[in-house]
Amino acid sequence: MNESVNYKFPDADGRFGKFGGKYVPETLITPLKELEEIYFSLKNDPGFIQELNQLNSEYTGRPTPLTFADSLTKHYGKGKIYLKREDLCHTGAHKINNALGQILLAKKLGKTRIIAETGAGQHGVATATVCAKFGMKCFVYMGEVDIERQSLNVFRMKLLGAEVIPVSSGSKTLKDATNEAIRDWVANVNDTHYIIGSVVGPHPYPMMVRDFQSVIGTEAKYQIHNIEGRDPDYIVACVGGGSNAIGIFYPFINRNVKLIGVEAAGYGIDTDKHCATLTLGREGIFQGMKTYLLQNDEGQVSEVHSISAGLDYPGVGPEHSFLKDEIIADYYSVTDDEAIKATELLSHKEGIIPALESAHAIAYLEYLMPKTTKDEIIIVNVSGRGDKDLNTIKNSLGY
Amino acid sequence: MSFIADFISKKNETKEKILSIFLTAGFPDKTRFAELAVKVLDAGADMLEIGFPFSDPLADGPTIQHSSQIALENGVNLKKTFAYAAEIRKHTQKPLIMMGYANPVLSYGVKKFADDAKAAGVNGLIIPDIPIEEYDNFFDESFDGLDTILLITPTTTDARIKLIDEKSSGFVYCVSISGTTGSSNKSISSTLDFLKNTYSTVRNNKMLVGFGISNENDVKTFAPHCDGVIVGSAVIKSLMNDDPNYSNTIDLIKKLKSSLI
Repeated sequence: MNESVNYKFPDADGRFGKFGGKYVPETLITPLKELEEIYFSLKNDPGFIQELNQLNSEYTGRPTPLTFADSLTKHYGKGKIYLKREDLCHTGAHKINNALGQILLAKKLGKTRIIAETGAGQHGVATATVCAKFGMKCFVYMGEVDIERQSLNVFRMKLLGAEVIPVSSGSKTLKDATNEAIRDWVANVNDTHYIIGSVVGPHPYPMMVRDFQSVIGTEAKYQIHNIEGRDPDYIVACVGGGSNAIGIFYPFINRNVKLIGVEAAGYGIDTDKHCATLTLGREGIFQGMKTYLLQNDEGQVSEVHSISAGLDYPGVGPEHSFLKDEIIADYYSVTDDEAIKATELLSHKEGIIPALESAHAIAYLEYLMPKTTKDEIIIVNVSGRGDKDLNTIKNSLGY
Repeated sequence: MSFIADFISKKNETKEKILSIFLTAGFPDKTRFAELAVKVLDAGADMLEIGFPFSDPLADGPTIQHSSQIALENGVNLKKTFAYAAEIRKHTQKPLIMMGYANPVLSYGVKKFADDAKAAGVNGLIIPDIPIEEYDNFFDESFDGLDTILLITPTTTDARIKLIDEKSSGFVYCVSISGTTGSSNKSISSTLDFLKNTYSTVRNNKMLVGFGISNENDVKTFAPHCDGVIVGSAVIKSLMNDDPNYSNTIDLIKKLKSSLI
């Protein structure tokens, strides 16, 4: 795996500074240790690396292209915009990178049953996909609200042979699906591996998912050096849990590249309908990790909102909390409306319909581009394609 | 020796095993919670675990998720929970334990939490999402004088049981199943093997068994292999449909206690 210079996190206890850790019920400690051990034994194993690389190239279709966005660049008339095309991955988003890595670990651990949580359904689809390929039973927890707004992905999961388990607790979205998946894991640790879909949860997940997703940044670095002969000046990615962002950031940490994470501001950060965790949250302990968290004065987790199911989450990966506090990356937020406008803009200008999650990264260009100069280079991570969101986009645009 | 450990030892010396009852603070009726708790103690509960609610209770099954949700809707917070504890303390000398998740404590302020718990007459704490890995990061010296009760589960290795036994105070909470609260036992024989092994490995602490104990039969099965039992979900379930005097719940507690003797 591609490791950054002078940046060795998490530490042996799974901490990124004060963030991260293993805040889980005792039942999960031993399976987490087993997972950590098998991961450390395999991550530098040539056979494992070759197997994963081969799957990445022959199954997922990696490397994904780095596309120069000619019209979008002209539209802003400033720096050069490149798009990292995770939307072109098999299954339509970067989530497959992690699902493939983890299914190989599950196989080595001798597990026969896979569970996952999903918000937008992209991680659920990726997990259902790798389970189909590797002959594992697959159960995906999904909030009822998300089942409604991502119905196409629900059908895809079913077609791939997975069982989708509706979650009706709490806000009926990603957070609650994650709670249920963790409860399932507590009850079925012996035969079950939990494929967490983002860089969240207890150690070793944030590290492991980052490592599997860092293929995005490793490729982007190679590609931009081939095209431009140098690092970019800016990298922009959306942040819900933060896996696509950390995946593209990680190989560029401490390289004088401005790393920008874009959160979902929902109806606006002056309302209570948003999920701008790093912008407005404070330190908390949630779903196995210490991290920034949207919560009330009494430490109860807030019900959050985003038009994008994949960003609709009150927590964030602990490494992002660390990168924010250390000022290694900067985090901003854009609203539902801005994301919809950006979806339309990228579709019109580049013929690429982004996922609503990725549209948040595109939308931030409105703020970033005026500050750039013509010789600067910006890479935006298009983490997924928008097919799953067409109903939501259609309703928002009204045509 | 801690107050709780001392209390359990004295009971055990007279061949009595402990019945610890879990209640969710402010459930089912926020105005009559202290009254309910005192009734439960009078009916034979030796100790009380008062659950303070959290929006995302990972270790809990549907029953306690539900009671936590109702408690939150009833406006129950830590301040209110301390007030309940202080009120209950006026009526009992038995151990009072608070149980809940780490985030409300962190948000309240760890030191303030410890100080207020002690002032309310609380003797111990159970925080299921603070395993020994996070123990020293979370429990600082402000918790001196409060027992911090740690959990052992069927996935805990023997080496870990020893570490947990060293860190835990008051007692060790042996979770009889791999699952959330209120789950049922899949295999009694493997559960008993696990309890016997843990009971013989734990040296420094008394051991109470919880999760999956809902009736007199369960109590009779498990009691010989521990120093006491903890019943939570079955009590909460009973409270959901009880009369205003909590007659069925009180009856359940009497039966559970008599099956221990």
